[in-house]
Amino acid sequence: MELILIFFSAAIVNNFVLSYFLGICPFIGVSNKISSAFSMGLATTFVLVITSIVTWLIYHMILLPFHLEFLQYVSFILVIASLVQFVEMFIKKVSQPIYRALGIFLPLITTNCAILGLALFIVLRDYTFIEGIFFGLGAGVGFTLAITIMAGIREELDLANIPEPFKGAPITLIVAGILAMAFMGFSGLITS
Amino acid sequence: MKNISLIKEYSKGVWKNNPIFVQVLGMCPTLAVTVSAINGIAMALATTFVLLFSSILISLIRKIIPAQVRIASYILIIATFVTIVDLVMKAQFPELSKALGPYIPLIVVNCIILGRQEAFSSKNGVFRSALDALGMGTGFLIALFILGSIREILGARTLLGFQIMPNMFEPWLIMILPAGAFLTLGLLMAYLNSFAIKKKQNEKASLISNYKLTKSNISNREEI
Repeated sequence: MELILIFFSAAIVNNFVLSYFLGICPFIGVSNKISSAFSMGLATTFVLVITSIVTWLIYHMILLPFHLEFLQYVSFILVIASLVQFVEMFIKKVSQPIYRALGIFLPLITTNCAILGLALFIVLRDYTFIEGIFFGLGAGVGFTLAITIMAGIREELDLANIPEPFKGAPITLIVAGILAMAFMGFSGLITS
Repeated sequence: MKNISLIKEYSKGVWKNNPIFVQVLGMCPTLAVTVSAINGIAMALATTFVLLFSSILISLIRKIIPAQVRIASYILIIATFVTIVDLVMKAQFPELSKALGPYIPLIVVNCIILGRQEAFSSKNGVFRSALDALGMGTGFLIALFILGSIREILGARTLLGFQIMPNMFEPWLIMILPAGAFLTLGLLMAYLNSFAIKKKQNEKASLISNYKLTKSNISNREEI
């Protein structure tokens, strides 16, 4: 029950993009088409889950026992950067179609705030190993949901008559604001 | 590159190439911490510190770093300075550090910083890199301060903790919620864009009138 709560809290109520502002760059950058947005969401979810596992292990198995907490940021970002590289090589070897679909998005994920944010939140909130995995999965699903909805709206926006100064980033931000308001309707659903 | 004046090296980041309004980089901290003006200032100062020192360090050792591992080295250097900022803030300003929460460590993945290292400090001398970093930091500070002030005034009736709106003004709760951040920045960018568009139209109009003038001059001359 606790795990399901963590999952839905991260995916919907406290959506990573719309209420923590994590992963805004790809959210604005790669949300032009539904298909690419969905691939980006899947790739990010995949990396998020692996990151939650690896960073939990590093923090609790290496940094805590040796009192090296001050190395937290340096080690996390290094692990995430190499992890993304590793995942990229692994997917390239295992499945070419998946690599072609995700390939260009994978390097971008390194500088996605959502990944480091997730690792930091897991430490900050003192999640257990299993809770961390569910948190990562929920965050990924929430990110995929938000970016896919956004891409759907933007495909329609292309046909709309937008005032000249609003074209590009401004209208995207305003749509995101309205989306955030819609997601606010979920608040109070789970109190955590 | 070398013939750009030093003042321009600083000032280009402040307004013309403003990291937020023009380059649209570093959105996460911009939107997340600007609930109040003071948070925005603290965030911008912390980011500027990291940007300045990593720019200086990276431009000093730019010839030693092998090209293949440069991104990883940049990130490591940035993460080191972020750790310093985080520890200092925890010790000296515990309240601010708590208010900014995980967004201080998230400076590591702020695209502005990595972007400047890749685009500027890895190719330029120490002094120019420092000026460029300071300029970008100032631009970031201006953007965060404007955004934070608007949200604080409308959302909590105060600016930097002092009440400036009358009591009869009902605070707009939406402004201090996440949705308010998106809406404020979107409207602000559109407002700034409208200026840029107007300027462009004026330039175009003057160009066309100049062209017509010279054309009529030429035809007049031919008639003579």
